[in-house]
Amino acid sequence: MPELNLTSAPAHLRHGSNIGQPLTRRDGVLKVTGQATYAADNHPPGMLFAVIAVSGIAHGRVVSLDVAAAKRHPGVVDVMTPDHKPQLAIDPEIKTNPFVFRMETLQSNEVRYANQPIAVVIAETLEAATEGAALLAPRYETLPPLVGLDAGESFVPPVVGVGNPTENHLGDVEAGLASAEKRIDATYETPPQYHNAMEPHAIVVQWDGDRLSVDMPTQGLMLSLARIAELFGIAHDKIHIRSPFLGGGFGSKGLMGGPPVLGIMAAKLVGRPIKLVLRREQMYGPVGHRAPTRQRLRIGADSEGRLTALDHHARTVSSMFDDFYEPAADASHTLYAAPAIRTSHDAVRVNTGTPLFMRAPGEATGSIALESAIDEMAWACGMDPLAFRLKNYAEVEPISGKPFSSKALRACYEQGAARFGWAKRSPQPRQMRDDAGLLVGWGMGTATFPALMFQAEARAAIRRDGSGVMEIGAHDMGQGAWTALAQIAADAVGLDIDRVTFKAGTSDLPDAGIAGGSAHTATAGAAIHSAGAAVIAKLADLATGDERSPLFGAGNTGVIARDGRLIRRDDESRGESYAEILARAGVAEVEARGTGAPNPAAMEEYAMHAHGAVFAEVKVDPELGQIRVTRMVGAFAAGRIVNPRMVQSQLFGGMIWGMSFALHEEAITDRRTGRIMNANLGEYHVPVNADVPPLDVITVEEQDPHVNTLGIKGVGEIGITGSAGAVANAVWHATGVRVRRFPIRIEDLLTQL
Amino acid sequence: MKPFDYVRPATVSEAVVAAARPGAAYLAAGTNLLDLMKGNISRPDRLVDVTHLDGLDAIETLPDGSLRIGALVSNADLAHDPAFAKTYPAVAEALLSGASAQLRNAATVGGNLLQRTRCAYFYDTASRCNKREAGSGCDAREGESRGHAVLGWSDSCIATHPSDFCVPLVALDAVVEIEGRGGRREIALDELHRLPGNSPERESALEPGDLVVAVRLPPAARGFAAHARYLKVRDRTSYAFAVVSAAAALRIENGKVAEARIALGGVAAKPWRARAAEDVLRGVAPTADAFQEAAWRALTDAKPSGDNAFKIELARRIVVRALRLAAAGTPARLPALPASPFASTSGAIHA
Ligand SMILES: Cc1cc2nc3c(=O)[nH]c(=O)nc-3n(C[C@H](O)[C@H](O)[C@H](O)COP(=O)(O)OP(=O)(O)OC[C@H]3O[C@@H](n4cnc5c(N)ncnc54)[C@H](O)[C@@H]3O)c2cc1C
Ligand code: SF4
Repeated sequence: MPELNLTSAPAHLRHGSNIGQPLTRRDGVLKVTGQATYAADNHPPGMLFAVIAVSGIAHGRVVSLDVAAAKRHPGVVDVMTPDHKPQLAIDPEIKTNPFVFRMETLQSNEVRYANQPIAVVIAETLEAATEGAALLAPRYETLPPLVGLDAGESFVPPVVGVGNPTENHLGDVEAGLASAEKRIDATYETPPQYHNAMEPHAIVVQWDGDRLSVDMPTQGLMLSLARIAELFGIAHDKIHIRSPFLGGGFGSKGLMGGPPVLGIMAAKLVGRPIKLVLRREQMYGPVGHRAPTRQRLRIGADSEGRLTALDHHARTVSSMFDDFYEPAADASHTLYAAPAIRTSHDAVRVNTGTPLFMRAPGEATGSIALESAIDEMAWACGMDPLAFRLKNYAEVEPISGKPFSSKALRACYEQGAARFGWAKRSPQPRQMRDDAGLLVGWGMGTATFPALMFQAEARAAIRRDGSGVMEIGAHDMGQGAWTALAQIAADAVGLDIDRVTFKAGTSDLPDAGIAGGSAHTATAGAAIHSAGAAVIAKLADLATGDERSPLFGAGNTGVIARDGRLIRRDDESRGESYAEILARAGVAEVEARGTGAPNPAAMEEYAMHAHGAVFAEVKVDPELGQIRVTRMVGAFAAGRIVNPRMVQSQLFGGMIWGMSFALHEEAITDRRTGRIMNANLGEYHVPVNADVPPLDVITVEEQDPHVNTLGIKGVGEIGITGSAGAVANAVWHATGVRVRRFPIRIEDLLTQL
Repeated sequence: MKPFDYVRPATVSEAVVAAARPGAAYLAAGTNLLDLMKGNISRPDRLVDVTHLDGLDAIETLPDGSLRIGALVSNADLAHDPAFAKTYPAVAEALLSGASAQLRNAATVGGNLLQRTRCAYFYDTASRCNKREAGSGCDAREGESRGHAVLGWSDSCIATHPSDFCVPLVALDAVVEIEGRGGRREIALDELHRLPGNSPERESALEPGDLVVAVRLPPAARGFAAHARYLKVRDRTSYAFAVVSAAAALRIENGKVAEARIALGGVAAKPWRARAAEDVLRGVAPTADAFQEAAWRALTDAKPSGDNAFKIELARRIVVRALRLAAAGTPARLPALPASPFASTSGAIHA
């Protein structure tokens, strides 16, 4: 792949520092002119095409594959099956660490879910490989599949999400409910959903002896590299992964799944480069999804509308062979102050591909149920939904009792409500109509997402010509890392952004951790910041220790870096350029490394979360039941905003996804076969342009001295939370019909309108 | 993908000969057929590309006042033809409520008529489907059948025909011109699509080699221009097939309905003409009560084929609304969201 040239974009207009400026995407020109190479755009010489054949049943065994027919097809080179495949160095079912996703790599003929890979056909052309896969005509021994939330005996998993306790308690929930003046007991259901990134999972692999070159979209370069190394028994430094651009990931490209491993195996089998791309319908199985949930909320409140108890139980599913449990009930940990809170989970195993993180895992599913229930409770108490939320505002994190590192949620409520015009809402449902006679409803939801930090490392250098370099194996999934992290880098080394060579997206760079948990900008940003500070300190040492320098004697902390110069803090007229310092010292370059990591002491002391308030307006046809969102306002407080333009589009995307959650998205599973019946973008609905109303995003000022060095909380996921509930609550307010199964469909309203 | 022959005949008669062979299929814009081929649902041996045939892309008014639309006219060109949209507004509205702008630019009139069902089990080759493989069974029965038929279905097949375009066309008594091995013939559009009965694999009245060359709207179809609407309820605002749709066209004289035309979409294996409902309205005032009565009549024979009882009630309400909209008069301009219940919402910019 050619060196990325991100500086060919027009110079950016900027006033002052880099952080905080609304730069447009530095990779934007490459993308709109088709020059950005995504994984599947790479075609090394001699490359063959591999196509996966997937299982048509959800449970059983493959008893035969017509390999001969596939091989007879012109252009087919080989067919990889459980009987004919390269050996892996370790059993892929072994969990060497919690981030190992069990995967199908043709280890047996057992079938555990529909769309499970059962063979790989390798051919000279994509068409030949595709037809070869069709000619395999698998025969099965079919066993009855387990499907749905009531498929079998439920059990309590040891942990939910990534290591979260399955249950949490505060106070006596039953007593709280018993003493309540008003109570609700409501059950909500959310469907399975699939990530459906625009770019399907893809890999282009080239073996050169025991060296491996990989083009693959990944949200975790080093996790993928380590997984490949252990599966193929090769040293880390023999593997090179390039992932400069992802066409979306949403969590599904976070952990190494089976399909890319099959691509690497196929390349090994035939000794030629391989390209393997999933078809859209093949993404409905082996690469994760959001598990369905059934959530029961029991809430009590006293005569003044103060919560007395909040009990949130979530049932979910996992696969027959791995463990990921959607931590839906955890959404009730942080938002509302109740003297008694209990959250708990149980699960059943079903014949499905293993669920995984999907944008706001747990928070999204939990939030729509919690925010609906809070709305129902407000109504039961005869209170305005916003007033009710304010009454139960958590001044400290409810279960832990910790103070928040910062929490501008009140300002979010205020600013969002003002912009939306919430005060004019009629308290009763089904009171508002527009000129055309459509029912109008207003609803709100509170948004929340934890402010996480992972581990990352970065390398910074200042070169003889005074320019800078910042290297970090960070990931741009479309969110704007190429831009936002470069802004942080520019400030870190005191240079104009166009004077810093910013390198990211490959596995030979320092480990940036995983792009997930809304923590990438914060984590990678902290590493960049500290690497920058370290390299500037080295440069300052050179200058302040040299009597020929105007900075001589200023001491390490006595200088500041600005616009490619070090200057004395006490006398800004005295300074010199980086180039001058390096030239005099006769050094070609100075370099330093820095790290970003969570601060355990701060975490011990503070609860760290981003917050927001979302207000939605829907219109509903009073006879036909069709629903349309017509307005949304979201006000979010997420610490420091590195690039307002990128942040706004993250929040837009989240809000749209929230509305999608409430009204559109659902994988429809045949209850008899466990097959997904709408595994395509025609029938698996996401909102189209005509569904998306004018969106209004307010970023509320919030300074957080505790979360991390830069005070960043992350905005990748929070937009979904609150939004889904706001839309659902608006549907109730429009119609007076409370739908507790999502997405809300026409038939759910029709007969009750 | 299965290898296939591709032929591009120079004339209609060559096309008919080429397509009459077993395993051959006509290729128009391919927006439906190529998807089916990529998914292994259709596996033709030979594609007969008709897109280069001369003389099939005209919209012409005939001396008797009929309108003749060539089979290769694109959905978009037809809908955006100002004279067409003015004369047959419900047809233009239906066209513009279908698919997406890109698809409508490509899709042809002939292909739209002969597009296949969107039944998920038909698309899913791991499921049994009598339409895809005669006699194999129907997995949609007892399956996820929310979108399936409530009229004219049989135990062998409960699929619906998904076209929007066909719904107002059938209401307006459109005629299909066909070139076949025996020469030119024509049939009513109402006769083109077959109900499933015991042989759902036979979807239309076309014989091997039959090419649709044109669709004709008879002179009487012009009489409804002032009161004609199409209404389509969908699971999202645009780019979705109808859950249920209806075309309603009225000729109102002296405050009474002189003639009514009503057809439903998304309810049966064919665009469903509701003649009994039309009869209810003949000679009566266009009142809410009359429309209710007509709607009940339109759905008298409806019965759920699965989890879709709601479609019957929805269809009744859509018929009432479509009639009400038609009685109110065709709007001077097509709404920004054609056929949508939100057509009149402010802020609607486009579909
Ligand atoms: C994502 C998506 C959404 C859609 N949404 C809608 C919608 O909302 N409403 C709607 O009405 N439609 C919708 N469609 C369907 C679309 O209208 C059809 O795909 C299109 O009209 C088919 O036209 P075509 O020219 O591409 O036909 P092709 O795909 O080329 O052909 C379709 C069939 O017709 C046959 N055929 C074509 N021309 C002739 C002829 N002249 N004589 C005989 N046989 C012929 C072919 O052999 C084939 O069997 C949608 C399609 C897609 C892919
Ligand atoms: S309803 Fe018709 S198209 Fe659908 S599976 Fe049954 S037979 Fe096939």
